[in-house]
Amino acid sequence: MNGNAHAQRLWSAALAGQAMAALRIEVSATTVVLGALATRDYAPMHHDHAYATHTSGTRDIFLNTPHQAALFERYLSDWSGPRGRLGRMRFSMKDSVCPGDTLQIAGHIEQAQRDAQGCGWLQVVLEMSVAGKLMTQCHARLALPLDAADNPWQRRGDDWQP
Amino acid sequence: MSQAELPGDIRDAIGRVHYRQQSDFSVESGYVQTLCAAVQNGNPLYWDGATADDVTGGPTAPLSMLSVWLRPHFWAPGRSASVKPLQLHFDLKERLGYPTAIVTGNELVFHEPVRLGDRLSAGQVLKSVSGLKQTKLGVGRFWVIEMQYRNQREELVGTDTYTCLGYRREPA
Repeated sequence: MNGNAHAQRLWSAALAGQAMAALRIEVSATTVVLGALATRDYAPMHHDHAYATHTSGTRDIFLNTPHQAALFERYLSDWSGPRGRLGRMRFSMKDSVCPGDTLQIAGHIEQAQRDAQGCGWLQVVLEMSVAGKLMTQCHARLALPLDAADNPWQRRGDDWQP
Repeated sequence: MSQAELPGDIRDAIGRVHYRQQSDFSVESGYVQTLCAAVQNGNPLYWDGATADDVTGGPTAPLSMLSVWLRPHFWAPGRSASVKPLQLHFDLKERLGYPTAIVTGNELVFHEPVRLGDRLSAGQVLKSVSGLKQTKLGVGRFWVIEMQYRNQREELVGTDTYTCLGYRREPA
């Protein structure tokens, strides 16, 4: 996936089991530090190699949590288009992504359903992996417009059930 | 108290709100675009005002940036004590005597969109602390902290729940 095409997808065209094209990113020390500073995370394991290896016991400095959340959000909005609206993301980190890794994010639709308010939701499973090893798994709940006239961002109050 | 027993003050802290915080600054586009640049997020909601007006009724911040707005400046004039984001996490790490602690899981739930100019506040709720666990990093405990974020109109904009592991590495 080259990313950032932003054609708008509709809920009615999304099918359970449908795969999303993979995104690959070469991770450097700059990548890790850029994400840590952009998320205002100054913890040393995200910029200090000696601290990461000696105190944290990791291979190197590694991607922080909000940086990974931002990568998953980018991946989903690249796929959905701007009217896709995230309701929820839950992820568990199984290992650290470090400089020198080639990170891959891939995903598929697990389930498509409408809620009682009529909002069209997708349950999506995303996997962040390095050399085939799962590093972080993410379960996301994403609302898509039902048709060309619908816009999940206009939902407020009880009409929005993330 | 045995090492396996959870200290009473930690048990008492579970379920309570700690460290109610107000953001140091308003949500603004410089930070939004800095993060978008870091992850190459070209979503026009964050780069094109006309699209933002049309889709979200004006410019908003990426949803995953919730925690960014409550993180304190690394330094501030006149501030003597070190202030850390998710301070409760560091309190637990210290109180339980772990040399290191990391985040192992995160759940974000998004309610009202965060808009440029919003001023957010949040409180930290300790949801649970586990018994001693053997992990591949060492022996330690998991704890769960929920952040609940509101805007200046007291509208809920999101919750951010962290599962953390404090641990002591085992000798090689």
